[in-house]
Amino acid sequence: MQKRSRFSQVLAAILVNAVYEMRNYPIVLINTVLSPLSFLLLIVFVSRGSLIGEAVEGAFIMSMFSSGMGLQADLSHLKNDFKLQDMVVSSPTGWLTYMVGIAISEIVYSLPALTVLAVLAHYYLVLSPVGVLEFVAVLLLMFLASMAVGYTLSTFSSDIVQSFAFSRLLSTLFSTIPPVYYPITYIPLPFRYLAYFSPTTYAAELAQSATGYLPLPVAIMVLDWSVLIAVTVILFMIAKTKARWREV
Amino acid sequence: MFVLIGRNGSGKTTLVRILATELEPTSGVATINGIDVVNEPRRLREKIAIVPQEARPIPWMTPMQTVLSYLLWRGFNYVEAREKASESLKRLGLSGYSNTLNRMLSGGMKRKVLVATVLSSEAEIIFLDEPTTGLDPISRREFWEILREIGKERFTFLTTHYLEEAEQLADQIGVLDSGRLIRLGTLEDLRQGVNYNYSMKLLSKPAPDFLASLKGEIVTGRDGVVRILTAEEEAFRISRELSKGGFKFTINPISLDDIFFYLVNREGGKGVGVQEGPDAEEE
Repeated sequence: MQKRSRFSQVLAAILVNAVYEMRNYPIVLINTVLSPLSFLLLIVFVSRGSLIGEAVEGAFIMSMFSSGMGLQADLSHLKNDFKLQDMVVSSPTGWLTYMVGIAISEIVYSLPALTVLAVLAHYYLVLSPVGVLEFVAVLLLMFLASMAVGYTLSTFSSDIVQSFAFSRLLSTLFSTIPPVYYPITYIPLPFRYLAYFSPTTYAAELAQSATGYLPLPVAIMVLDWSVLIAVTVILFMIAKTKARWREV
Repeated sequence: MFVLIGRNGSGKTTLVRILATELEPTSGVATINGIDVVNEPRRLREKIAIVPQEARPIPWMTPMQTVLSYLLWRGFNYVEAREKASESLKRLGLSGYSNTLNRMLSGGMKRKVLVATVLSSEAEIIFLDEPTTGLDPISRREFWEILREIGKERFTFLTTHYLEEAEQLADQIGVLDSGRLIRLGTLEDLRQGVNYNYSMKLLSKPAPDFLASLKGEIVTGRDGVVRILTAEEEAFRISRELSKGGFKFTINPISLDDIFFYLVNREGGKGVGVQEGPDAEEE
C-alpha cells in the first residue's frame, strides 16, 4: 500500500482554496485586505483616532473569526457546486485533515489582511511578551471556534446562497455587533449583558486586557478564558459528532 | 467495465455513492472485493476513486492544478503528483491546455480533466457517474475511446442512461429500476433473456386488433411509441403487413435499447434475474 502523506493532503486544501485562487484571480487579494480594514477605519474616524488600538485588535479578531466562518461558505461552495468534497470523501483523506487543510487555507487567504494589521499593531499596540502570547491565544481560540461552527454548518448546507447568507449573518452577529472594535463599556446597560452571549465579547475583553486598554480583575480574566475555551471545545465536539462527512 | 443503466431516478447515483463510501445505506450490506463499504470505508478509500455526477473542475484552477491537487489529496508527494498529473493530462490530450483556466475549456475538455484526476491516481476501482451526460454526440464518442482504455486497465463502474454507451463499452451490464437490480449480465445474456431477435418501431399507429394478432412482445413507451419485439420470421411477416397497409415503421436487430424497454416495462420492480435477498436489496 502506498505511503500517504498527510502534509500533502493539507497542502492540497491550501493550494485549492487559497493559493491557486489568489494566484489566478489576484483581485481577491484586495477584498481580503479591505474587508477587516473597512470597519477599523470607520471606528477610527468616528472616535477621532482615540479607539485605534481597540479597532486594530477588533480587526484582528474579526479577521480570525471571519476566516473560520469563511470555511462554511467555501466548503459548501466546493461541496455543492464542484462536488469536490464527494471526491475527497472517497479518497484516503479523512474529515479532520480536510477540515484542518481548508482552515489553514482560510488563514493563508487572510494573510494579506493580517500582514497589514500586524504593521498597524506594531505602531499602535503596546504588548509585553506575555501579552503577545495572550493575544495570539485569543485569536487562535477565536479561529478554532468559528472554524468548528463553519465546518459543521457547511456539511448540512446544500445551497451556496443559503451558505453565504449564513456566513455573513454569523459574522455580523459575532464580530460586528458585539464590542469587538470598541470597549464593552460603550454599550449602555442593559444591552451590555446581551453582548456576553457572543464568544467574541470574551475574546475582545481578553485582547483589550492584554494590551492594557481594559484592566480586568483576575476573576473576570479566568472567567473569560474559561468561557472561550469551553465554547471552543463544545463547538469541536459538536463538529465531531454532528457534522456529516459521509452523508446519511 | 461494468455499466449500470437505468432511467433518471432509478437509483444509479445512490448506489454509486453508497459503494464509493459517500453515503451510508439505510439497510443492507455492500462489499467490494470483500471490503465492507459501511464498516471499512477507510480501507476501501485506498482503492477507489470517483468522478461524481455533476462534478465540474474548479473554474479558477487549471487542469494541471486540478489533477495535481487531487493527487495530493490522495497522499502523493508534490514532485510525484506533478509528474503523474503531467502524464495523465498528456494521455487525455490535454497537455496543451494544462495551464489554461478550467473556465476557458469546453464541456468535453472539462470532463476529460475530471477523468484525468482519477486516472492519474493509483485507485484500482474507478466510479464514473454519468460522465458523458450533456456532451454532444461527437464528444461522447471521443470520450468512449478514453473510457474503453481506462476499462482495459482498471475495474470501472460506469453509470449512464445512454444505452448505446453501455452497448459500446460494457463487459457486464446491470439494469436498475426503482432501486432494484432487475437484470445483470453481459449484453449477450440480456439478449438471450428477452427471447426475441428483432425490434420494430411503429411510427404510425395501426388498429388495436392488428396489434392484438401479433406474436411477440408489444411495448408502449412513455413517449407513446409502440415497439414490437419479435422473432425473425414474424418480424418479416409483420413488415409485409405493415407495408401493405402503408404504415411507417423501422426494423432492426434487437438492441440494448429494446431490451431495456422490455425489462423496465415488463419486469420493472420484480427483481427478476438476480438473486433475491439482502444483496439484491442494497438500495
